[in-house]
Amino acid sequence: MNPTVLAVPAQLLPAREQMAFTLMFHIIFVPFGVALPAMMLIANYKGLRRNDSVALRLARRWSHAAGLLFAVGAASGTVLSFEMGLLWPGLTGRFGEVFGLPFAIEGLGFFLEAILVAIYIFGWRRLRPWTHFWLGVPIPFVALVGAFSIISANAWMNQPAGFTISPTGEITDVDPIAAIFNDALWYELLHFVLAAYMAAAFTLASIYVVGWLRGRRDRYHRLGILIPLTIGAVLTPIQFVVGDLIAVAIFQDQPAKFAAMEVVTNSGTHQPEVLYGIYDSATNTVKGGISIPGLDSLLAGNSVDTYVPGLDQFPDAKPSNVTIVHWAFDTMAGIGTVLILLALWFGIAYWRKRDVPGNRLFLWFAASSGVLTYIAVECGWIVTEVGRQPWVVYNILRTEDAVTDANATGLWVSFTVVLLLYLVLAVGTVAVLRAMSRRWRASDRTDDEDAVYGPRPEVLK
Amino acid sequence: MSAATAVAAVMVLAVTLYACTGLADHGAGIWDLTAGGSERGRRPRSLIDNAITPVWEANHVWLIYLLVLCWTAFGDAFAAIMSTLFVPLALGLLGIVLRAAGFAMSKDATRARVRHVAGWVFGVGSFLTPFWLGTALGAVVTGRVPAGNAAGNEVTSWLNPAALLIGLLTVAVGAYVSAVYLLAEARRQAMPDLLGYFRPRALVAGGAGVLAGVAALIALRVDNPQMADRLLSRGWPLLVLSVLALAGSFLLATGIRVWLMRLVAAAGIAALVWAWAVAQYPYLLPFTLTVSEGAASAVTLRWLLIWFVAALVLVIPALILLFRLDQRGELGEESAESLGDVVPDPQGVGHRGQ
Repeated sequence: MNPTVLAVPAQLLPAREQMAFTLMFHIIFVPFGVALPAMMLIANYKGLRRNDSVALRLARRWSHAAGLLFAVGAASGTVLSFEMGLLWPGLTGRFGEVFGLPFAIEGLGFFLEAILVAIYIFGWRRLRPWTHFWLGVPIPFVALVGAFSIISANAWMNQPAGFTISPTGEITDVDPIAAIFNDALWYELLHFVLAAYMAAAFTLASIYVVGWLRGRRDRYHRLGILIPLTIGAVLTPIQFVVGDLIAVAIFQDQPAKFAAMEVVTNSGTHQPEVLYGIYDSATNTVKGGISIPGLDSLLAGNSVDTYVPGLDQFPDAKPSNVTIVHWAFDTMAGIGTVLILLALWFGIAYWRKRDVPGNRLFLWFAASSGVLTYIAVECGWIVTEVGRQPWVVYNILRTEDAVTDANATGLWVSFTVVLLLYLVLAVGTVAVLRAMSRRWRASDRTDDEDAVYGPRPEVLK
Repeated sequence: MSAATAVAAVMVLAVTLYACTGLADHGAGIWDLTAGGSERGRRPRSLIDNAITPVWEANHVWLIYLLVLCWTAFGDAFAAIMSTLFVPLALGLLGIVLRAAGFAMSKDATRARVRHVAGWVFGVGSFLTPFWLGTALGAVVTGRVPAGNAAGNEVTSWLNPAALLIGLLTVAVGAYVSAVYLLAEARRQAMPDLLGYFRPRALVAGGAGVLAGVAALIALRVDNPQMADRLLSRGWPLLVLSVLALAGSFLLATGIRVWLMRLVAAAGIAALVWAWAVAQYPYLLPFTLTVSEGAASAVTLRWLLIWFVAALVLVIPALILLFRLDQRGELGEESAESLGDVVPDPQGVGHRGQ
């Protein structure tokens, strides 16, 4: 038996499972926090500029959905900030002074967002229309500040910077600014912000596409499709290029992660690109999958002669589950490629007809794009986080050294409670969104188009 | 003042602001829970709803500030507190998630039963969070949290009379202040019948607070005499000020200007928080880890102070704007209704949607 396996503390598994679950849950709300305010303001602007009550109605409804999702995201985000200490005191206790500042900045961004979102959502009735719009304008920018900070902290875990460790293990020469602007920041941030806008845009569009498929082909649905789908279609090709650049950067910065993503078993040149397949850790081989000769070397270094280090080079420091990382990467990249086709199709069709494309295959495709982007977002997160294992701070702090010494049974109990509680939270959120949409649809059958701003006689006492 | 002390003072300020705002929101949740059946509780509930819906999100952020400040500036203390006090902190967190779930569900106002369950979930969460966060603070105050990864006892550190009584004190203070704020809100919104509704409740909560406070002090005296002595010797002026201000806010609630009354109530809470801070200074973890021993490197502390000034410059105007708009009634008063916004309602109140 391998002695390092025996040394793994019993609380590591429940702690990792709970962190993974709560992060994957929270990440669902992040794209809406980052990108939905921008789309709602575009609709708001369009509505005010052209005196378009349909666009204003969309903006107002999106703002209510944003408010709800923001509240739930805030709660699950609070859970995460507690968990940073409850589960990983070895990380925050020791390295908090190095990478804590971004979280402080994010707290500021989050605070401003909470205030401005509250003003915007609750301001529709009484504020003057343009005042209301301008009070909303900072929201997408403070949301970006929040994204910047959290991604900076995560990027630091991948490319730690801004400190040195003395021979006695003390942390010295702390430089929080160098930690914030670490090497992985720019590519992680760009990739994430694009992903967040794409996820929110395609999800929003797909909701109205479903309505369109069910025959609700009015201007309300047309705008509900065209505004977000245009944003998604423009960003997808950019994301494709950015994604490729990132793969090359990871190849250089985190070779073990790259080897796991591309399931490169043995180091060497002329590496094939393997699609899916099952990795066997005992023999360091891949079973099944589709192999394309030389493509991996070509993608990593623009030449089939590029030397790519394989998993054989990292016997003690390769991700504990290579297959999960590899499948997540292939799925993310695959979905990205498929969405390019959707973007092209939409672009060409819209350019020719200036309308939502009528082709049913396109509509089905667009209707599923929301779920697809979300799968891609979750997969991307798995690649980053599981791919970094067994390090919580790459090459510096192993995950088992960061975990709490609290009782493992207690952690399993806490994980179970979290699962049940989040089930309630998720069911509640979905139920409310559905109820909102039911109510909106009922109101669409009445003609009160002009009542977006101001109090309505019916609800006045 | 050293940079470490300055950051510690900022943390105390964050605790104070969370106590003055977030704690009162939790108190309002408790009043929501105890408001009775849907018909009887309708008016107090709608007052509570109007008062806290636009602001509770912002009020909650102080807690996140506090966590982040603690792990950035005082990582050792943060790790020790979070790992030893896993149970009460996880239970406090449970309350926060329940509140969010309740808030989310209450938006589905078309079904009375859902709304009822939502109120329960929100109310239970509103009790759990202050109680367990207060208990965790109590555990630190009794000196049962040593530095290190889960170095203290995971159960007895918080399962003791002094810590639990401080938890109860926290709940009672929140409920009391919230009732006082709601008295003022009832005046502002011209709902005079609710003055008589919240006055006895404020008295009950205030009485419970005094009892819990005295009992906590006695328990602490038995448990950790050194800490109790520090609290009484250095902190007595603040304790007296706190009691006077809190009682004064009740007496003034129906007389003076609303903002002045709120200020007096907030001052009462602030004095209570500062009494704790003054008693514990210079220790992060009494009596094993001091502020200067547990502090991050100087450059991190300096950046945190710069960040704090930037936060003040950006957040304070935004907060003032939010509270002003809210108080001037510019932010939609019926938040639940506004979700069903464009539904005409020929039947009058209570029928939305189909």
